[in-house]
Amino acid sequence: MIDIVESTIDHFTLVERVRSRAAGAVCTFLGTAREFTGERRTKSLEYEAYRAMALKKMAEIDAEARRRWPIVESAIVHRVGVVELGEISVLIAVSCPHRAQAFEACRYLIDALKECVPIWKKETWAEGGEEWIHPGLDDPRGETESVRSAKLTTVGSNSLSALRRETLAAKPETIGGEDS
Amino acid sequence: MIVEVRLFAEAKRKLGAAVVSVRLNEPATVAELKRSLASRDQELGRMLESCLIAVNEEYADDRVLIKPGSEIALIPPVSGGSIEARVHSRRFRIERFLI
Repeated sequence: MIDIVESTIDHFTLVERVRSRAAGAVCTFLGTAREFTGERRTKSLEYEAYRAMALKKMAEIDAEARRRWPIVESAIVHRVGVVELGEISVLIAVSCPHRAQAFEACRYLIDALKECVPIWKKETWAEGGEEWIHPGLDDPRGETESVRSAKLTTVGSNSLSALRRETLAAKPETIGGEDS
Repeated sequence: MIVEVRLFAEAKRKLGAAVVSVRLNEPATVAELKRSLASRDQELGRMLESCLIAVNEEYADDRVLIKPGSEIALIPPVSGGSIEARVHSRRFRIERFLI
């Protein structure tokens, strides 16, 4: 199940949906709205999606995970709009025959989603002000070093740089021709 | 041709619009689209260096052709990722961080 929703994510129901007699393990990840990032206090978060493309990318990472692990059932659900502190912004739930597979598939799905699915987060700070979070984007309004370093350490990118070089070295592709 | 470019997040905030129209000579590539966008707004031009372009809901590198009616979007970095990660092969492959 893949979805983008505008209201509360009912994680209990979703986890029950992936539970199966064919699986010996269910692994879940909930992304929740955190109050403090370093010393900065968040009032609320807001997410915006490029909905059609986001759903397509979510389906692609789900398919890729299913090629890699023997997934029985999966759920990938992201919320958009305002998310209050402590509420769930994203859910991954995956069932597999064995626990190692479920842990790995769950980790893969959330990491891939965070990197490739066009959904953006806006912080509304308790001290006032709003800020779209775009790692790597020059921010003329500045941000605290702790926030910046927290962002930079979220993902190691050595292997990703290699992938980028590899992809760019591949032959040119035309998008929009035959499958549009 | 005139193409419409969808904007999101900080790009939408900066330009105060969800869509901008760009005139391009045919045939046009993503590189030409970026040049055209950069020439209309300096701040957007700086931002483009960290953004990707999506053509018909796929990440597209500079060589990809834009045709009349193509759905174009400007994709700023997503909240959990880095630009290296959001790469644009038409068939998505993350041969990456595992685990």
